[in-house]
Amino acid sequence: MRVDVIEVDAVEKVFDVRRRAGRLRRERHRVRAVDGVSFTVRSGEVVGYIGPNGAGKSTTVKMLTGILTPSAGRVRVAGIDPSRERTRLARRIGVVFGQRSTLWWDLPLRDSYRLIHRLYRVPDAVFRANLERCVELLDLAPLLEVPVRQLSLGQRMRGEIAAALLHDPEVLYLDEPTIGLDVVSKARVRGFLRDLNEERGTTVLLTTHDLTDIEQLCGRVVVIDHGRVVYDGALGGLHEAGESERMLVVDLEREFAPVGLAGVRVVRVEGPRQWLAFPAARSAAPLVAELARRYPLVDLSVREPDIEAVIARMYAGRSA
Amino acid sequence: MVRLYARVAAGGFRRYATYRVATAAGVFTNTVFGFIMAYAYIALWEQRPQLGGYDLSQAVTFVWLGQTLLMACALMGGGVEDELIERIRTGDIAVDLYRPADLQLWWLACDLGRAAFHLLGRGLVPLLVGALAFDLALPSSWWTWPAFLLSVVLGVVVGFAVRFLVALSAFWLLDGAGVAQMCWLAGLFFSGMLLPLNVFPGVLGEVARALPWSSLLQVPADVLLGERTGWELAGAYAFQAGWAVVLLGAGRLVQAAATRRVVVQGG
Repeated sequence: MRVDVIEVDAVEKVFDVRRRAGRLRRERHRVRAVDGVSFTVRSGEVVGYIGPNGAGKSTTVKMLTGILTPSAGRVRVAGIDPSRERTRLARRIGVVFGQRSTLWWDLPLRDSYRLIHRLYRVPDAVFRANLERCVELLDLAPLLEVPVRQLSLGQRMRGEIAAALLHDPEVLYLDEPTIGLDVVSKARVRGFLRDLNEERGTTVLLTTHDLTDIEQLCGRVVVIDHGRVVYDGALGGLHEAGESERMLVVDLEREFAPVGLAGVRVVRVEGPRQWLAFPAARSAAPLVAELARRYPLVDLSVREPDIEAVIARMYAGRSA
Repeated sequence: MVRLYARVAAGGFRRYATYRVATAAGVFTNTVFGFIMAYAYIALWEQRPQLGGYDLSQAVTFVWLGQTLLMACALMGGGVEDELIERIRTGDIAVDLYRPADLQLWWLACDLGRAAFHLLGRGLVPLLVGALAFDLALPSSWWTWPAFLLSVVLGVVVGFAVRFLVALSAFWLLDGAGVAQMCWLAGLFFSGMLLPLNVFPGVLGEVARALPWSSLLQVPADVLLGERTGWELAGAYAFQAGWAVVLLGAGRLVQAAATRRVVVQGG
């Protein structure tokens, strides 16, 4: 049964920031980091929570873990009010902050895991099974006895993700889990998260600036800007909302005049090669079939639109 | 619960045990300072025998006990508070706060583990060297040792309670370095590290002996030197435990206030 695991209802977070104004005088000034955000996440969903720096993403995640108390509105995670029952909630969620570490810096990875075993009171058999699984899937076996300070960033991040999952959390918050990782490490982390979601049904809320993370993991995105939700829906819909286009690059047998197809815009022609733009929401298949029928096609490739550009346009549209 | 904090303490012990060269260098420094201070005390006590009620060998023993407990009781800082302050400053404290554990107990366990390591790793060798080089007034009965050890543990707890409060100030001040420095200066002076507190004259002495810092060195040293026995020993424990309860309680109040108003730094 799918239930709402995360409920965020008209949540606000206001910070008082003091600014220097003159030699001794300080000006108080209120910052609305989160300004009336509402969304729900059902169990088993993987949701990308994205927005530019300072949009209020981390503040929301901190309210979801109970570290920060909302100024207004209602937050429930697994039916628990996070800021009131932070400790009880902590046993049911896992958190990975890409820029912070839960691991003990000076000690081998294994010591941190033993501590987590006690910290979350994980039954011995469950702990062993989970550790074994994480070690296998995240390739941690050669790292268990290595002090954390000697791990590379990619190795440490795999260690962090394992640390967040040893107690079988229902919900996993990932705040920039692939920041600073190389392509191979990123791919490995994403693969692991995808399997986790498919096999265990773990609900994942992912905050990231890396849009490939979103493309490969999230069925749904919530875009936040200036503390407000500006888009909530399927990733594909984001393209529509941002009016983005995909690009079909075709190599024809010889030079042709720009191809004339409905709904297709020829962007560029270079000898036998042509660049054709079409709405991102449209399927490429009928288009290719039509092309192949009418032209001698040698080769083709489809270039996905840059979501980054789409989102940038969306942000710009709002602030304009 | 107990197993969790036992593991935290064990981790604290092992973390400090990792840096062997630093430990060796520290042992060397403690020993050198032990000699310097021992000769200074000898010069002083030869001029003023029975100063503060100690005879010469008790005074020299006090010096070496100071070197033994310097790190264990974090008389000059160097406890877990440095790390805690840093975590508050950088915002890493967020990680500690979403754990299903109590912040104060967690760090107390860390500090006890650290103190255990520092007592063995940093304290034992200087005491042995001191005992070989000088005629120390070590206890004649074996049970004085466990009595001393209990007093040291209570001293570490009191010291931690003070340092925890100091560290929490970083939530408001954003940088706890200044307060930490004031605290270790006070600790250095009022623990008896510079001069035993029973040498302090009049009201200053009364006040110094009543302050929590006397739990860190003066009280354990007096227990080892046989100055506190019977009911006086019980009184010494009660004094230390009393300060521990009061200061840990204050720490809990401040912790509650700090976590309510917490603004986690940086993203």
